[in-house]
Amino acid sequence: MKRTSYSRALVPAVAALALALTACGGGAAGGGASGTVAVDGSSTVFPMSNAAYELLSEESPGVQVTVGASGTGGGFEKFCSGETDISDASRPIKDEEAEVCKKNDVEFTELQVATDALTIVAHKDLAVDCLTTDQLIKLWGPNSKVDNWKQLDPSFPDQEIKLFGPGTDSGTYDYLAADVIADESESTRKDYEASEDDNVLVQGVSGTPGGTGYFGYTYFEENADSLKALAIDDGDGCVEPSAETAQAGEYTPLARPLFIYTNNAKYTGNEAVATYTDFYIENLEAIAEAAQYIPLSEDQYAETQSALEGIGS
Amino acid sequence: MSSVAARTARDLTRITTGRSRDRTPGSLIFLGGLWFSLFFGVMVLIVLIVTTAIDGAPRFDGALFTAYDSTLAPERTGFRAGILGSIWLMFTTAVLAVPLGIAAALYLEEFADNGRWYNRFIEVNLQNLAAVPSVVYGLLAVAVMALMGFERKGIVLGGAIALAMLILPVIIITTREAVRAVPTEIRHGSLALGATVLQTTWRQTLPSAVPGIATGTILGLSRAIGEAAPLLLIGLAGAVRFDPAGIFSPVTALPIQIYSMTSQSQEAYQQAASAAIIVLLVMILSLNALAIFIRNKFQRSW
Repeated sequence: MKRTSYSRALVPAVAALALALTACGGGAAGGGASGTVAVDGSSTVFPMSNAAYELLSEESPGVQVTVGASGTGGGFEKFCSGETDISDASRPIKDEEAEVCKKNDVEFTELQVATDALTIVAHKDLAVDCLTTDQLIKLWGPNSKVDNWKQLDPSFPDQEIKLFGPGTDSGTYDYLAADVIADESESTRKDYEASEDDNVLVQGVSGTPGGTGYFGYTYFEENADSLKALAIDDGDGCVEPSAETAQAGEYTPLARPLFIYTNNAKYTGNEAVATYTDFYIENLEAIAEAAQYIPLSEDQYAETQSALEGIGS
Repeated sequence: MSSVAARTARDLTRITTGRSRDRTPGSLIFLGGLWFSLFFGVMVLIVLIVTTAIDGAPRFDGALFTAYDSTLAPERTGFRAGILGSIWLMFTTAVLAVPLGIAAALYLEEFADNGRWYNRFIEVNLQNLAAVPSVVYGLLAVAVMALMGFERKGIVLGGAIALAMLILPVIIITTREAVRAVPTEIRHGSLALGATVLQTTWRQTLPSAVPGIATGTILGLSRAIGEAAPLLLIGLAGAVRFDPAGIFSPVTALPIQIYSMTSQSQEAYQQAASAAIIVLLVMILSLNALAIFIRNKFQRSW
């Protein structure tokens, strides 16, 4: 009876598989600390947390980190219910979010890790140097029909505007749409040349008289000789984009601080969380540069360091 | 007499093969419409696969399979964690869902009294369950993990629970059909020789239905391997730099990695994601091919 051999073979096979699955659940090998760290939150900070993990994994492979990107709000939700150990954030925690943390006895420490800045760039010969925040929103807003510099301000030259910007998948786009323009649609106008490749944007703007566009500040820095950056007037006069003005919080609204939030109890109780966080802060400058954000100033770094030291005590 | 039969047979072949000589404008338009629909469906698929393959072409290298994902070197990013994670999830899902699904189907088909209202109620709801959106199973799995006291849910077990619940109705329905296809005479013969109902089911009905069950199960698993939504809900992380080492190990899956990579703007990630989509397609196609192979090899007609 060949048929019965089927079931006879099937049962032990399934049993063996189940055994194999559980048997493999041993600890991870490697030097130094070991354990798991759960990181989740802002997709803007994601590249930093991931780069930190990548560098750390060469040093202490025993530390296993999972990095998620469910957004700042989604990250805090998991963080405050104790599900994750570290939360990435592109804004400070809100009061109602902190309230949830408190209710669940989750004590946390806020550590600033970098500054994220956008730069509005334009063709080198353009006779415009400064835009107010209102003009910027008028230019890039979802219903904008502006196609000549003159329409923004009568003193601007009578020149056609050609727009360049990152595609809607990019975090840079999200920043301008959701945090600067910040209306209900959370979008910018759609009639612009979109590219995910910053090089294409640089070439587009620098090769088109009247062209303007935006991307991350660090990328402008690398291409500063072929473009010009427009200063931004948010009510207190024109501010040039630079690492200093961004760090100092003067270059608003196009610069914002980036944070990680660490669960204090997990930091003191879980060796892996402590190792990861310490390593992160220790190598902060390299990590921020790898992720193309502006590193902290010396004062800011000192502040982050002392906040970190404060956790244990 | 024979010519009439031949003519009927010819008419029948014409109709069934669609090679009708009817050339009225209406039928031509209809035929054109059918061709267009077919063409459209197939073309969309071909264009999608070909463009994805072209986008991913620069990345079909060893690193795609052996490297973890990388922020420092986007052009060398790889899907090792996702591929291994998906394989782990598949096996765990199968271990959870297959015995349960087969047992439930056997009960419904061989033991349940179909006259009872609760059995009919279960039947109707099984059909409904098969059509429930996959996100819902993600939520359900979160609740199950919370009940079991897991603080951290993005582990192999959590993902497998979500996927197992997702494919359970599919397994039950296909198993029932496979069991139903086994001729009653086999059961009667077994029972007449003095076997109990349990012996008959275990030694006669079930083994005869194995090809059908295996096919249905593999198709169910190939659906599960492509799912991202329930896994995102249970909290599988996008970036993991270690291999899963057990059912309690944190894990990521190939669709999740693809998802998190496509949302990053660098060109290198888009290429890697396209290449990974092709890898995922190949995995799913080979599972389906296995199902077809098993069906053709072991299927018998009574």
